[in-house]
Formats: sequence, structure tokens, C-alpha cells
Amino acid sequence: MYVAVKGGERAIDNAHALLAKKRRGATDIPELTVDQVREQMPFAVSRVMSEGSLYDPQLAALAIKQAAGDLMEAIFLLRAYRTTLPRFASSMPIDTSAMQLSRRISATFKDLPGGQLLGPTYDYTHRLLDFALLAEGEQPGPEIDPQAAIEKCPRVLDFLVDEGLMSRDGDSSAAVPDITREPLEFPANRAQRLQALARGDEGFLLALSYSTQRGYGRNHPFAGEIRIGELEVWIEPEELDFAVPLGDIEVTECEMVNQFIGGKGIEAQFTRGYGLAFGYAERKAMGMALVDRALRAEEFGEEVQGPAQQEEFVLAHCDNVEAAGFVSHLKLPHYVDFQSELELIRKLRAQPGSQQEQTP
Amino acid sequence: MTSLHNAQQQADSGYNFAYLDEQSKRMIRRGLLKAVAIPGYQVPFAGREMPLPYGWGTGGMQLTAAILGRDDVLKVIDQGADDTTNAVSIRRFFGRTAGVATTLRTPEATVIQTRHRIPETPLSADQIMVYQVPIPEPLRFIEPSESETRTMHALGDYGVMHVKLYEDIATFGHIATSYAYPVTVDDNYVMDPSPIPKFDNPKLHMSPALMLFGAGREKRLYAVPPYTRVESLDFEDHPFEVQSWEHNCAICGSADSYLDELIVDDAGSKQFVCSDTDYCLQRRDQQLSGEGAQ
Repeated sequence: MYVAVKGGERAIDNAHALLAKKRRGATDIPELTVDQVREQMPFAVSRVMSEGSLYDPQLAALAIKQAAGDLMEAIFLLRAYRTTLPRFASSMPIDTSAMQLSRRISATFKDLPGGQLLGPTYDYTHRLLDFALLAEGEQPGPEIDPQAAIEKCPRVLDFLVDEGLMSRDGDSSAAVPDITREPLEFPANRAQRLQALARGDEGFLLALSYSTQRGYGRNHPFAGEIRIGELEVWIEPEELDFAVPLGDIEVTECEMVNQFIGGKGIEAQFTRGYGLAFGYAERKAMGMALVDRALRAEEFGEEVQGPAQQEEFVLAHCDNVEAAGFVSHLKLPHYVDFQSELELIRKLRAQPGSQQEQTP
Repeated sequence: MTSLHNAQQQADSGYNFAYLDEQSKRMIRRGLLKAVAIPGYQVPFAGREMPLPYGWGTGGMQLTAAILGRDDVLKVIDQGADDTTNAVSIRRFFGRTAGVATTLRTPEATVIQTRHRIPETPLSADQIMVYQVPIPEPLRFIEPSESETRTMHALGDYGVMHVKLYEDIATFGHIATSYAYPVTVDDNYVMDPSPIPKFDNPKLHMSPALMLFGAGREKRLYAVPPYTRVESLDFEDHPFEVQSWEHNCAICGSADSYLDELIVDDAGSKQFVCSDTDYCLQRRDQQLSGEGAQ
């Protein structure tokens, strides 16, 4: 007697053991430590913290190690942990103009207060494999000027606001929605959209923002400012009437300047898109800013032509934990439903006098 | 920032009973009460991330976690079977996080979480069925926008659904939907019964058991209260009918249960067996004890 897929329990246990072996690799090579991952893979850690919606480099590094470098799996691990944590307070709005900058660039002004600060970036590297890295032991780094002080560094877009060329974005002082605690319903507001995009898949946002550049909802962007650095997070506990600092986090912020709205008696104005991500995550922040701007089409009375401008399409599909889960569930058995399809297709083909030709 | 916990000590006892914290459970129970009060209505809820992937039963698991008590006896099936890997995984999860008794026998269970089937053994009034739902919106493949479909439900605007079924008949001579076959609940909302084969649709009608449906990724839950009318959509001249087989179950001989088709050799020979493994086993046991008594 043939017996269908029995022994699920043992199969699962064996699969877990095989996975642990796969993750560890050859045992004559030293095991990767979580500290190594945290310190030497900062971009992976940033991505996992951003899309995992939890700022904790140590746990993100643990997740990356546990996921054997599969970042989506690591994001999922961090999310599943995050969901068990109590939410005890909302932070005060962070002030990115008070950031301890490690990088700050503007593509709209050649020089500006605070200056352009290139910082650590791959931008002007030649993408030639550095075979010297095959060997270990190098400790590179720039010379440090102990006298150097950081200049005051106002935000680029504020200059445009002060000139009246752009409206101010700001704290509406309304209660902050939390899409992880309240269901996201459509139409969403901008705060909810930005939250969803901040958790959204970097690749998906990159592709969508690219599509706006190629004409599917064009919005004429300039990278007004990108800044990366550390800043303090403050909370105001209910039992105190003053705020206390919680700690420092590194963030990447991108503000895009986009083409105009106006006409019908209103003076022309630039518009903007906003992107923010944990850690050093420039590509993510830029993609997010472009998609944020695209999603404001309706607000600005623009025709919705491209997928990047469709709120339901973007927000319902940008989460990679949801997407990866639903695509991967196709691996689960579907033989009951498939059986009903088999029964149906045989019935359709067996109909007397069926006009249907043989289907291919 | 330093983390507030020690990752080493994250043992199973580190989680609340049945994994979810009590506030999340309360939120889900409030949603369930609303769902029971408005049969077939899709209640949005703030679905939590579960430690299993979306699409693998996170909606059903959240409902199970929200309703599970210490005295409950849990059964988990996938494709009608208790021993499919995902059913094993979910049953283990609640065994681990809630420590509740689990069973493979339908009559013993108080909560049955299922994917794609309703057990063949008739359910009773002290049982709750929890369905895992991938796409809760029956109108989704006709209208992709959630804003639109919610309006259509509010207006009872279900004409497109019948047009779709009519087009099937015009094209194929039959309604070409064999699972996730839409139903009308309590003469009001059109509902997706989850991807159960249409064979199982009649079991929803006037069932003494409470039926709860959870879609984790889509963050919707809905319900069919006990003894509620559930009718499958059809036409007077094309009445709803369920699947039937020319074969009986190769193990227990059942002629009226849903059968899985197995390909048993390289020549493609087929065999048909019950998809509901517990039902099949119960019948087999009865037959054996019957033979033993003779």
C-alpha cells in the first residue's frame, strides 16, 4: 500500500539539522561571530534593521548569522521578534538637522552652509575586485584631525522653504498612527504610507522609483539632500513632564526636490519626497523618497499613470516578509485543490458534444 | 543602543501563553466578536507578525492563539491530514507555546485549525473551526482594488460575480470554480470560504460549530456563526453540485468522502484515498473491529 507523505515530524527535525550544518559550513574554518557580522557588514545590518523595523545592530547581526546571510530571512527573524515586544512609548520627533554627520551631500547646490561631506561611500570607487582583501590583517582608515569640529549644517530644503519656493513639511501634531498596531486601510495618509515604505523592500522600492524615472509617473527629481549620521532619540515618559534621551541611532535621510505644482492662481512651488532608513542605507532612502513623491500624485492633482503612483498597489506589495511568505507558500501541499481542478478539467473534457477542441 | 534582553534566555517560557501577548489577543477577540455579529463581513485587524511565514497559516494561528484556553484540545490539519509537514509544524508550535493537549481525532478536538479542508466527521456545537485564508476577498480577482471591493460589499453589488460564473458556463459549459467557491452568508455578504474544495461548501451550511476565518497577510478576519445559512452561488438551470469520484477510497472503501489521487507507479497508475486521514483511520478501525467480532 502506497502511503502519502507520512513522517512529517521526523522530516522536519532532519531538515532543521541539515540547515544548521549548511549554515555552519566547513568546520575547519572558524565560526563567524555575531560581533564580526555587526562590525564588518554594516550595510547588511542597516538593511535588516530598517526592513525589520527594529533598531538593534546586535540582534540584526544575530539574525544575519542565523539566516546564513539570507537578508530577507534575517528581516523576518527580526520582525517576528519585534512583534513580541511591548510598545511602551512613542519617541519625540527626531531632529535630523542636529545629526552628528558622517556624510552629507546635495545635488542641487554646489556649495552651501555645512558644505558637502562625502564620507564613506562606494560612489567614486572603481568597481575592481580588490584582491588584497583576500589576505587578512589590513586596518585601513583615514587620518583623523583631532581639531576638526562639525559646522552647523542646516537642511537644504529649508532654504527653498524660506524663499517660498516649497511648502514646509512638518509635524502635524496629530497622533502618530502605527501600522503594526492598527490595520492599514485605504486610502492611507502620508504618515502611514511613509511607515509602510520604511519597512518596504529595498529592491521593490528601487525598481518602482526607477520606473518613475523612465516615465511611469515621472516627477522630475533632484537629490536635494542626503545626510547620514547619528542622532539622539528622546522620549517623554508619561510619569515625567520632561523628555529623556534613550540612546543614539544612525539614520539615513533623503529629501528629494521635485517639479512644480501651481497654476490656477497659486504660485508655482517645488514639491518633495521623503525617505528615512535606519543605519547607512542610501539606496533605500532614495528609493523611498521617490516613491513617496510618486504616491503624492493625488494630493497634487496629478494623473495617476504608473504603478509607483498607485497607493494600494505599492503599499500592499512593498513588504518583503509578506511577499516572500505568500510566494513561498506555493511550496505547501495543494493536492486537495489540485484534485478538484483535475476533476473539473476531466469533466469539462468529457462533456458530450463539447465544442472545446483539445486544450494544449 | 543596547538591547533590553538576553538573547540566550529566549526560551519557550519567555513567551506568553500561545505566543501572542494578551493585548494582541484582546484586539483579535474584539475583531472576532464583530465578525460573529456580522456574518461574512471581513473585519480588518492589526495582524501581528508570527514566527511562521505569511501564507503558511499566520491568520489562522493568530485566531487560534486568541481563542485557545488551557483546557482546549487542538487538532491541526492541512489538506485534510494531520501529518502533513505544515500541520505538524503548527501543532508543535502550540504544543510548545501553549502546552495544550493536541489530538488527531476530530471528535476529541475543541479547536480545529485547518487549511483547505473541513473534516468529514460531522462537527458539534462545542467545536470551533479555524480556517487559514490566503485571499479573503471573494471579489479580488474581479476587482483588484480593496477600496472598490469594500464599497461593492457595502452596496451588495455582486452582479459581477454572477457574470463571472455565467461566463464560465458560456465558455466551458460548467462553472469552472472548483475550490474557494464563493458563498452567500445569511442572505447577505458574499464570502470566500477559503480554498476548501467546493465539496466541503455544504458542510458550512447550518453547521453547529462556530467557523472562524483568519487571513494574516491581508489582515482580515471573518466568521460564520453556528446554524447560519451558507449558500453556494449558482443558477436555477445550473445548480451548485459537488465533486464525485468513480472510485472508492483504496484504504477504507468510503464512497462519499473527498479523495486524493495518488500516482503509484511509473506507468502513471492511480489510486484514490481519503484526504481526511482521521476519518479514513476511524473507518478502518471500525472495519477491523467489526471483522474481529465476527
